[in-house]
Amino acid sequence: MKILVCISHVPDTTSKINFTEGDTKFDTNGVQFVINPNDEFGLTRAMWFKEKQGATVTVVNVGGPETEPTLRKALAIGADEAIRVNTEATDGFAVAKQLTKVIQDGGYDLVIAGRESIDYNGGMVPGMIAGLTNANFVNNCISLEIEGTNATATREIDGGKETVTTALPLVIGGQKGLVEESDLRIPNMRGIMMARKKPLQVVEPVTTESETTSVSFEKPAPKGAVTLVAPDNLDELVSLLHNEAKVI
Amino acid sequence: MSPNLIWDLFKVYEIINEISTFVEIKNKEYIMSVLVYTESEQGKFKKVALEVASYAKAVANQLGTTVTAVTINTSDSSALGNYGVDKVLNVTNPALDAFNANAYADVIKQAAEKEGAKVVIVSSSADSKYLAPLLAVGLHAGFASNVIEAPSSTSPFTVKRTAFTNKAFNITTINTDVKLVAVSNNSFGLVENTGSASAEDFAPAIPDFAVNVQSVDKASDKVSIADAEIVVSAGRGLKGPENWGMIEELADVLGAATACSKPVSDLGWRPHSEHVGQTGKPVASNLYIAIGISGAIQHLAGINASKVKVVINTDPEAPFFKAADYGVVGDAFEVVPALIEKLKAFKAQQ
Repeated sequence: MKILVCISHVPDTTSKINFTEGDTKFDTNGVQFVINPNDEFGLTRAMWFKEKQGATVTVVNVGGPETEPTLRKALAIGADEAIRVNTEATDGFAVAKQLTKVIQDGGYDLVIAGRESIDYNGGMVPGMIAGLTNANFVNNCISLEIEGTNATATREIDGGKETVTTALPLVIGGQKGLVEESDLRIPNMRGIMMARKKPLQVVEPVTTESETTSVSFEKPAPKGAVTLVAPDNLDELVSLLHNEAKVI
Repeated sequence: MSPNLIWDLFKVYEIINEISTFVEIKNKEYIMSVLVYTESEQGKFKKVALEVASYAKAVANQLGTTVTAVTINTSDSSALGNYGVDKVLNVTNPALDAFNANAYADVIKQAAEKEGAKVVIVSSSADSKYLAPLLAVGLHAGFASNVIEAPSSTSPFTVKRTAFTNKAFNITTINTDVKLVAVSNNSFGLVENTGSASAEDFAPAIPDFAVNVQSVDKASDKVSIADAEIVVSAGRGLKGPENWGMIEELADVLGAATACSKPVSDLGWRPHSEHVGQTGKPVASNLYIAIGISGAIQHLAGINASKVKVVINTDPEAPFFKAADYGVVGDAFEVVPALIEKLKAFKAQQ
């Protein structure tokens, strides 16, 4: 089984979010970048398929050279090879088009992407590549088993979960649950050394157009101070929630 | 009459004909509608359906056009008229009883094409998030998700969406002829309109499912985090899973959903499905009550879209106090039972 894991290069979850160039660009100054958490759950599940079922695992990112350390980290975790599509990720559709070319060229059976990136939160790339490559698609996937060309997956639904069966070729929008937090792997020294020698192929982008354009960013208005209520005066809290906030 | 004059008259007739055809085409373009997918569960509209209908009406007003809704196996669609829908396409087909992203996306696509819709609106429910990217590909539509306001402009079509997990907003234009917008839950609200919707049956072709549901595990008596107006959430400050009884009771009194912080779900005290935050479920409720949660940046990002936040924590330095509207510095084991009693008394008065 050939697995492709799509890796977004995103600011660490604790990063302060600021913008530059007239609030049109994310300010990367002093920001540490990581593998998108939703992708990391998928990558770790892919490692399981590699170790237990002999799958090969390729990781891919659409982005400039600055994203390569993130791909190297995925190689250090255990992916076999990496591909970087050498273009700026402008919108979800453009990224999906670039990934579609990689998928068609590589003939992957299973594509695992995070349900959304934690920076742009578009939540559209996995579904779009499924649509563009005519593959089956399971979103918000929290468990995945592959048996031959058959797949059994569980997806989170509002208020519960649902188990589905489908077949390869398959695209997964993955999240926590594919593996547990405690299953995530921190690259060890051997992994990091090996990652240096693993192939990282840079491919040129296909011509495509963005269907959407990011014009600018805004930060939420600063919040007012909290209204403290004494623990022995909860009547006041009930009254504030009813009369002032009007939420009960 | 000279032959020349007849010829000239004929020419004039031809020109008039051409003009009227042109006007007809222009009119057709003008009457294209906004299409909204109004989802239901067991025949009844979800709350998000009425919210996206309200949103579609706002967009239609800006464009000077009408709203068409498409429903799938909904028993009574008359409520949509109250939220600005002019026309409803009712799809009734037992094959669509279980949700299927492929099939549902295709049904909505066929409805959009039938109506010549240039703007298509969906919600941010788990099902709509699943089908929307497939629909975008099918319609060749530029897609903006997590949209929280009516467009600031319709040419270029410009929307405001959340990004960086609620730590920022992103102003985005959609450049394609057909546009797809997913409205963030509980962001636009319900806007009532006086009106009534005409209804017609619509029988689209149903494509292959490709993904088949084997079993559904869903607590039917509980409010889901996505649908809840109030969410009661607790963290490690509760010391152990055996202490969640009071959290459930508080949620019960308020008709709220229960949620938890990441450490609590990682420790296995509560199911993953309750984990809210950056890698868990997003929360956009009217009221979010955090009990014994310190307020890590990842947690706050995931719940920040909630309108009013209350924190109960023993530690006055907990970061959550900076994000909250109301706070109680106190021991959850004393404050929560007391609050339950106060709320019961309040509810009894109402």
